[in-house]
Amino acid sequence: MSPILNIQSLSKNYGAVEILKDVNVAIDPGDFLVLVGPSGCGKSTLLNCIAGLEPISGGSISIDGRDMTQVSPKDRDIAMVFQSYALYPTMTVAKNITFGMKVRGVDAATQARKLAEVARQLQIEPLLDRRPGQLSGGQRQRVAMGRALVRDPKLFLFDEPLSNLDAKLRVSMRSEIKKLHQNLGATMVYVTHDQIEAMTLATKIVVMKGGMVQQIGTPAEIYNHPANLFVADFMGSPAMNLIPARTQRAESGVQIEITRPEGAPMILQGPQVQDLPEDVILGLRPEDIIEAGMRSGASVQAAKCRIDLVEPAGADTYVVSELGGRQVTARLHAETKAQPGAMLDLAFDLAKVSFFAPDTGERLN
Amino acid sequence: MSDFSAPPAVSSPVRPGQIALRWLLFSLLGLFALFYLMPLFVMLTTSLKSLEEIRSGSLVALPREVTFEAWRTAWSEACTGIQCEGLRPYFWNSVLLAVPAVLISTFLGAANGYIIAQWNFRGANLIFSAMLFGCFIPFQVVLLPMARMLGLMGLAGTIPGLIFAHVIYGIGFTTLFFRNFYVTIPGDLVKAAKVDGAGFFRIFWSIFLPLSLPIIVVTVIWQFTQIWNDFLFGVSFSQAGTQPVTVALNNIVNSTTGVKEYNVDMAAAIIAGLPTLLVYVVAGKYFIRGLTAGSVKG
Repeated sequence: MSPILNIQSLSKNYGAVEILKDVNVAIDPGDFLVLVGPSGCGKSTLLNCIAGLEPISGGSISIDGRDMTQVSPKDRDIAMVFQSYALYPTMTVAKNITFGMKVRGVDAATQARKLAEVARQLQIEPLLDRRPGQLSGGQRQRVAMGRALVRDPKLFLFDEPLSNLDAKLRVSMRSEIKKLHQNLGATMVYVTHDQIEAMTLATKIVVMKGGMVQQIGTPAEIYNHPANLFVADFMGSPAMNLIPARTQRAESGVQIEITRPEGAPMILQGPQVQDLPEDVILGLRPEDIIEAGMRSGASVQAAKCRIDLVEPAGADTYVVSELGGRQVTARLHAETKAQPGAMLDLAFDLAKVSFFAPDTGERLN
Repeated sequence: MSDFSAPPAVSSPVRPGQIALRWLLFSLLGLFALFYLMPLFVMLTTSLKSLEEIRSGSLVALPREVTFEAWRTAWSEACTGIQCEGLRPYFWNSVLLAVPAVLISTFLGAANGYIIAQWNFRGANLIFSAMLFGCFIPFQVVLLPMARMLGLMGLAGTIPGLIFAHVIYGIGFTTLFFRNFYVTIPGDLVKAAKVDGAGFFRIFWSIFLPLSLPIIVVTVIWQFTQIWNDFLFGVSFSQAGTQPVTVALNNIVNSTTGVKEYNVDMAAAIIAGLPTLLVYVVAGKYFIRGLTAGSVKG
């Protein structure tokens, strides 16, 4: 299968400022690509470059095998949904949706048929004669989606489409977009700063920072094998615990030594890793630190820790302890007996442990 | 203290001090209104009097006998220099001049504003600054160069020539109005239309112009008032037969010999001022609304 979108060594400058540096991404038809990163990381610029709304400074973008570098947005066979929805204020919902077809000279009968189809799909039939000003945020969002859907493009582009909605509506629209993707089998590129949106929607995630791609992979790869400290910290909520530690070669693996505020350092046995330096940052997700005795296996080891903070979250209870001079979060059962200030046996499951170099931040295993 | 028993939403009895203050305020406002309306009152009454009555009666007295003779004279008989056709031909000159000049300058301003606000090209700000500067160049400075230009173009002394002068001078203001209006429209709108396949002119026609009613009204009122009331360009760039109404009014008032016909002068002045008054009455509420319209919510 040839990639439907292929971005090669793309760069983008505004004057002397480099916004995007050497971006390489390729996706297959039917993929849901999510560009995620903190604000100012260049993800929206990248999307605008794909759309042709921003000229690129170097590299190439091709859609369905065709080089798009010199092609204007209207000829790229794309549709886009904007964060501000960008509905045409003086046109009715129906006219908003059919505007693109009208501009392209599609005959009236086809326009009406496609409009009816999309309106049914998004359940906006009663709104067709209204103007954007008379719609609620969620309704505007649907109309904006309708304007994209009606085009039946090769590529759907979404620029933070949910960030103007309230929390509850955001979650329901998120699953609707996911459903839409499954039903249509369309290829989508989606920009967000919300890592949960990225995890739930994507078949492929691009994590960006400072105009550079940090990691590309499936949600599981990104979550379980973050390529560096930035990705480890950015993806996942609560964030991955990043604990400074010292390592020593042992008979079958490594011996990991982590300081505790009181008492002797904690010693854990980790898996064998080639060429591990003495000082490392140990990455462990909160769900891999649990109450002793709840999980068994060769990778699980228990140690006594002082609990500083208990945060019940309904389904789980998070407790915070200090290890290696850092706040470390563990995810316990809701009915845990953990008390702030008391000692508790915590089990550390090192099956999915990550090691990072403290100086470069790169992953070591 | 009856105030305590009253629910907070119901207006409590007003204290005497407040009433006095209210009266003072309204009388002051009334006084100012009278002050402003006085000249109009004198003009209207004088124009309805006969010359006999003006000479014998007081300036502010109501006419004893209402006559529209002066209005008829001013419209179709009064002499401007050697011709005695009244204001009528010049009034139509002004209409023929103001309507196209207003429409053209408004349209060009809209197009300029659209380009400067939404199509950021290199030097857009420089061009805009230059146009702003154009707003503040005094009329007198452009008289000679403009006369030379009109001569070169073969438009000297013609109504199209006057239209040209007013359009050029008006573009600065109209561009400023439209640019400031369009700057508040989110850029995503243009992006969405581009992705939808619309080009430069399509976006202007289908999306920006329909949004622009408030600012169009402001611009039309502003330009119409400027152009209709203009005297300097009118007197400099016209010749016998193409003069606008303001110039004709001046000629009626200044070129009479013998008895000064105040009633005719007043009637002529009112006729000359009526169109701008009418534009305000018809579109005034849009004017206020348009001036304050900053944000257009998508």
